[in-house]
Amino acid sequence: MVDTKVVLSGWEIDNPVIPASGTFGYGKEFSELYDINILGSFSFKGTTLEERFGNPTPRICDCASGMINSVGLQNPGAKHVLEKELPEMDKYFKKKVIANVSGFSVEEYAETVEILDASEKIGLFEINISCPNVHNGGMAFGTKPENAAAVTKAVKAVTKKPVYIKLSPNVTDITEIARACEDAGADGLSLINTMLGMRIDLNKKKPVLANKTGGFSGRAIFPIALRFVYQVYEAVKIPVIGMGGVATAEDVIEMMLAGATAVEVGAENLVNPYASKEIIEALPLAMEKYKINSLKDIIGGAHNG
Amino acid sequence: MEKVIYKLKSNTALTDSVFKMVLEGDTKSITASGQFVNILIDGLYLRRPISVCDYDENSLTLIYKVVGKGTEKLSKMTHGRLDILTGLGNGYNLSKSGNKPLLIGGGAGVPPLYNLCKKLINEGKKVTVILGFNKKEAVFFENEFRSLGAEVYVATADGSYGTKGFVTDIMKDLTYSYFYTCGPEMMLKAIDKIAKTSGQLSFEERMGCGFGACMGCSCKTKYGNKRICKDGPVLEREEIIW
Repeated sequence: MVDTKVVLSGWEIDNPVIPASGTFGYGKEFSELYDINILGSFSFKGTTLEERFGNPTPRICDCASGMINSVGLQNPGAKHVLEKELPEMDKYFKKKVIANVSGFSVEEYAETVEILDASEKIGLFEINISCPNVHNGGMAFGTKPENAAAVTKAVKAVTKKPVYIKLSPNVTDITEIARACEDAGADGLSLINTMLGMRIDLNKKKPVLANKTGGFSGRAIFPIALRFVYQVYEAVKIPVIGMGGVATAEDVIEMMLAGATAVEVGAENLVNPYASKEIIEALPLAMEKYKINSLKDIIGGAHNG
Repeated sequence: MEKVIYKLKSNTALTDSVFKMVLEGDTKSITASGQFVNILIDGLYLRRPISVCDYDENSLTLIYKVVGKGTEKLSKMTHGRLDILTGLGNGYNLSKSGNKPLLIGGGAGVPPLYNLCKKLINEGKKVTVILGFNKKEAVFFENEFRSLGAEVYVATADGSYGTKGFVTDIMKDLTYSYFYTCGPEMMLKAIDKIAKTSGQLSFEERMGCGFGACMGCSCKTKYGNKRICKDGPVLEREEIIW
């Protein structure tokens, strides 16, 4: 029997497979297809203090081996999530969940976390300082070390739950931001968010997305995400959740060898709603094939000495 | 919703850009006319949503217009199997139709009205159908609707067939108990302007997942934010914010 358990800042999960925020809603649509309690956990739709409709449509376009989205953090707001979505979720998902939180000011991040902190359903906070689709915020906090540190400190001050900061790949040196978060007290990091991209409609000769640019995700970004995880693992001592283009059990193992303690599955859930389930089912077989007894043992295994 | 592997039975051209595909496989997830399926196409990342034209227990008919890479690849398939998410979206609600419902389809919006028409006629309703196309060569399914027992009118924008003009030019002179429509947004808007009764309108939007997870196709309605793929594609006339 292989051991797929991993531990995120004291929270042990059955396996490292976690559907990523924005690709899994609150889990309900997927729970109608399979028992989502097989998941390690999942990261729910990015939540802000107030309700947001998000960007105008079209918000989605297709690419070779991936997709671009500019949803723009549509969500019903922190209070609604606490009072409605989380109790409802408890009916079909018995494990603790990851709360993905976004904001437009340091205070807003803290206030949102403070509201959600009341829920025992939440095992960990994933603080999104890297959304490429909202103006005056989101990514702005993830591209400057001092801003990333300020958000980290403010959030840490209002919760005792582990705080993971979700980093943007759209930066010159991600290790600098990673270290700033670690120094500010982050319990872990989660990376990468989507890469800024765009497409142009040849018939209309205008950008496909109403927002012009959006976040590129999907299989195409896997090698890039892997490289970021590898670099960040060397730069910090706190655990890393790796994500970006993960679509198979082999990808999960590769991410963990690069340094990830757990792995999020994103866009693949949208094309194949059973993707996370299939990855979890394939994981023990892949471990046997590559002679891995315990996933805990391979974290960062690709690094020298 | 469920994922079904369908076997391609036939794929034939109805016009120079509209194709009819018949697939064999389980259709139990399809519960209403006006629902759609989301097809995985070799070499493309996102699935392509196509409305259901007709179905019975073990076969599915899709009629689609070639508008881009995905539908072009689909149109070239001659055999094989397709990975499809079926039974997506809300579909039309038949209970509000009254005795003399009017169905209005524009171009690629015509197909989902076929199964709806069949069901309404089976319920004993007196169905009138208006089909709108750009030109004579683009007309399809006129006879199919007539064979179901519907009274059918056709409008072409250039006047090369049927009434010259738009579906609304025919609609304005008709009496009906309720209306159901699908087509380009411009047409839906024009219909809303002149409609004399309540009705249901089916919308199109670029989608990510097609089953409500990604929030890629959201719209605002008077009844709150809705996802075209999950809470739609059919919206009631009263809730639409134009």
